[in-house]
Amino acid sequence: MMEAFDILLTASFWVAAIRIASPLIFATMGELICERAGVLNLGIEGIMVAGAFAGWVTVYAGGDLWFGVLVAALAGAAFGLLHATLTVPLGLSQHVVGIGITLLATSLTYFTYRIVLPEVTSPPKIEAFQPLPIPVLSDIPVVGPALFAQTPLTYLAFVVVALTAWILYRTPLGLAVRAAGENPAAVEAQGISVAVIRIGAVMAGSALMAIGGAFLTMSAFNSFFFEMINGRGWICIALVVFGSWRPGKALLGAILFAAFDAYQIRLQQLTGGAIPYQIFLMMPYVLSILALILVARRATYPKALMIPYQKGER
Amino acid sequence: MRLEPKPSPTMVETLAYPAGAVLVTVLFASLLVLAAGASPFSVIYLVAKGAAGSQFALVETLTRATPLIFTGLAVAVAFRAKLWNIGAEAQLYIGAVMTIVLGTGALPLPAPILIPLIMIAAMAAGALLLLGPAALKVRFGVDEVVTTLLLNFIVLLFVSLLLEGPLKDPMGLGWPQTKKVIAEAQLPRLIQGKRLHFGFVIALAAAAATWVIMKKTVFGYEMRAVGHNPEAARFAGMPVNRILMKTALLSGGLAALAGFSEVAGLKGNLTLDLSPGYGYTGIVVAMLALLNPLGVVIAAIFVAGIFVGADAMSRAAGVPSYIADVMVATALLTMVVAVMLTRFRVRWR
Repeated sequence: MMEAFDILLTASFWVAAIRIASPLIFATMGELICERAGVLNLGIEGIMVAGAFAGWVTVYAGGDLWFGVLVAALAGAAFGLLHATLTVPLGLSQHVVGIGITLLATSLTYFTYRIVLPEVTSPPKIEAFQPLPIPVLSDIPVVGPALFAQTPLTYLAFVVVALTAWILYRTPLGLAVRAAGENPAAVEAQGISVAVIRIGAVMAGSALMAIGGAFLTMSAFNSFFFEMINGRGWICIALVVFGSWRPGKALLGAILFAAFDAYQIRLQQLTGGAIPYQIFLMMPYVLSILALILVARRATYPKALMIPYQKGER
Repeated sequence: MRLEPKPSPTMVETLAYPAGAVLVTVLFASLLVLAAGASPFSVIYLVAKGAAGSQFALVETLTRATPLIFTGLAVAVAFRAKLWNIGAEAQLYIGAVMTIVLGTGALPLPAPILIPLIMIAAMAAGALLLLGPAALKVRFGVDEVVTTLLLNFIVLLFVSLLLEGPLKDPMGLGWPQTKKVIAEAQLPRLIQGKRLHFGFVIALAAAAATWVIMKKTVFGYEMRAVGHNPEAARFAGMPVNRILMKTALLSGGLAALAGFSEVAGLKGNLTLDLSPGYGYTGIVVAMLALLNPLGVVIAAIFVAGIFVGADAMSRAAGVPSYIADVMVATALLTMVVAVMLTRFRVRWR
């Protein structure tokens, strides 16, 4: 029993937790931005697949790592544009379009993978992002290695959270985004186009989702596998609800979730097969559902979430 | 840009826009084929030939369409009431598990009793699985999209657990698979020596029954009313929550039949690759059918044809068979646009 508790005190556990949290942080922020503007983006799962592949294949083709991140973001933004075109001006069902985008992004990725690498059985590896310890800070026990000896992409994830929070709450643009999700008519009354705000938010959010996917192939691992996103996108949607659409809370949720995930892997080793491993693997998904139930009662959805807006309509 | 409702779309419009959607899908796929270094015309020919060019191809297409009819019906029923069941994949697997649990010798009954019994049990299991998310939706307001999606992963892991534990075939040489169902639990083949089985007939019957339920019963009317405007339905005194729960039972049950039919009619046993995403493809089938149960049959055969044809084409022309998945996803997106265009006029100003 003590052993199960001791895990929580090891630095390697927290290093893993932050690493597991990083892709979730990117994608959760992406979804949060979309939903704050009033658009549910169920394309997240597929966009993460596309981002994971786009970033990895760019580096595999000889591109620079940061260029790979950029390409992933652009791929995400492109799918975001498609999603937004269908859901914002055309006002189509965000559920159906989102699922459609996920199916399209996933299948296009797999198709392209087979075109680029027709014969391989095991995908080639790339030189991924390496940990970049920050001097002095990384020497602090436990916290140091966990927070200050990660790869540059993890640092970027935290920067993205701060930036998202700052833009949403401290800038006119953020106000317009939030208002587009709460009371679009008020935005239009200010002479700002709801459509432009929403399309922009979905594109930016989708770019972040794609970077979240790219984190897996370019930082956590160094290769692209089918099914590697494995429901992470759907978990991020739960995390946005759990974080009540606030960047800080969502960040906390992602880290908590990742800590739990890192913990179950270690617990699995500790129990030595006495409990079937599938039970442990189920935990993240079960936890997501439980989290949703927990916060559902007091969840305050953006009021215009999933409601298309037409100019001049009330 | 504004959208204005059209009073009544003309016959030409209701046909032209969906046809346009198919055309855009084919054009997009042709671009991908060119990118893969093959000729679109020969690829289209090979897909069509692989899907319907011979008796073998046709039988294969109908076999592949069978589970898609069930999952397509499940989605059509749920979406009609705006119950977003994205969990047909999980319900399919639970139906398959039930079929294995009861069909591998636990019940020594003759086929005419055993098979209906297994069907009912499978439907009950699938129905109960969707009842959870539906109850969470009406009771706590938890979005069923996320819960049904997450349940897909949970159930697949649960099946994996069963395949390596209680349901593992002791004679399976260590593979994670179950025993085969006994002869009494097997659905007969429709044509001697071909893969097409009685599950296809059950699927057609299910489509007809679903059509009757949706168009000719009070429950069907209530479902449509709830889907159209839940507030108005509630105001009219309809028990909206209970209708949603009943819809969930029907939808989950239909999806579970896909698992039953695949195991009892085609595979005989249960493995983790029983379904290559039939639950998700069911969404496309239902949308292509405009949520009409009879349309689901046609849409399922069409989608199955693309998959079967693409498999054959891929072997012959060397274009990855994932082109089928791309086409199906593209068809979904273009079709929702087409449907919108038949109902609304786009005004630029």
